[in-house]
Amino acid sequence: MKKRVTLLKEFTKGLWEINPTFKQILGMCPTLAVTVSAINGIAMALATTFVLFFSSLLISLIRKWIPNQVRIASYIVIIATFVTIVDLVMKAQFVELSKALGPFIPLIVVNCIILGRAEAFASKNNPLRSMLDALGNGAGFLISLFVLGSIREIIGSRTILGYQVMPNGFEPWLIMILPAGAFLTLGLLMGLANLYTERKKNLEREALIAQYKRVGREEITDEVLKEAGV
Amino acid sequence: MELFLIFISAALVNNFVLSYFLGICPFIGVSNKLSSAISMGMATTFVMALTAIVSWLLYNLILIPYHLDFLQIPSFILVIAALVQFVEMVIKKVSQPLYRALGIFLPLITTNCAILGLALLASMRSYNFMESVIFGVGAGAGFTLALIIMAGIREELDLADVPKPFQGAPITLIVAGILALAFMGFAGMI
Repeated sequence: MKKRVTLLKEFTKGLWEINPTFKQILGMCPTLAVTVSAINGIAMALATTFVLFFSSLLISLIRKWIPNQVRIASYIVIIATFVTIVDLVMKAQFVELSKALGPFIPLIVVNCIILGRAEAFASKNNPLRSMLDALGNGAGFLISLFVLGSIREIIGSRTILGYQVMPNGFEPWLIMILPAGAFLTLGLLMGLANLYTERKKNLEREALIAQYKRVGREEITDEVLKEAGV
Repeated sequence: MELFLIFISAALVNNFVLSYFLGICPFIGVSNKLSSAISMGMATTFVMALTAIVSWLLYNLILIPYHLDFLQIPSFILVIAALVQFVEMVIKKVSQPLYRALGIFLPLITTNCAILGLALLASMRSYNFMESVIFGVGAGAGFTLALIIMAGIREELDLADVPKPFQGAPITLIVAGILALAFMGFAGMI
């Protein structure tokens, strides 16, 4: 029996619980490549969210007519269509950004987040839920890219979104805007995210055990702990 | 000489994984054992070389003459998917041992952004036919090199006492960062 999930939860789960970058570890290539500055990260995340939203919606709408054997190929064609739209619009309207992001806009096609949500969620759920799920995951991706981009921009070029925030006396760390900085920052952030999740889980677990002790009922079993997801 | 420079640039100086961030998913996913890293690297190099050929022909002989270049993204991805499927069938028919070695890695390659990235970069830089092929082989060699070095390090890393939250992907990324620093040493070559 599948647990009923509230509509709000469909959206908010993407922000942290199944955050594409930190929890699902999907879409690493654009995450690492474009986060030289916060603005690039935001642009990339918005472009991805646009594609994710519309492809999830469309896939969810036509999910009953897509034959199971060719579903992946159909998803890819749908995704590629929306990516082409984004690519052409970016080239026409935001020339600078389009140049900065280079081949990574067309490469949204192979971003595993989109295909992953299509396969794992949109192909099984109604359009409303799929839209919320897509927006939630897009927002989660946006948060990750923004945080990563900000850290790299602040330390690597003293600015955030183009405004100087670090004093002139601060010598920018060149490594942060080089490829190596991307790997190091994301690795450290991911480790911190894991540390936080683990701490939280331990606290919840202790709280549950304490609660059982207070009530004085039977000994807490592993199954109960598992059930509560802690 | 020009061709040699393209090869060195794609393989070392602008390594696909460590400086263009293409193909990170297999780089993190398949780099825990040396033997699978070698197989994955070989399969990817093979598909890259083929993709370079096919995408060049498609782009310059069909898309450009008929002004269909806005269809570049969907057509490239479909061609790559079909190509991978075809390669898988051929290998299965021709050589069973090779199929067992590469088989499970081939489907993964379709969604490897390094392959699509290769096709897109080659058309963006308007390489000619020979340059595209060399670019493909060089990129494949660079990918294989990075994957093998990483697998070697990770096999040693299994014995190290890594703090629990950093096990798995985080430490791999940090090691990749250090590796990227090392590869920056090649930057002066060209």
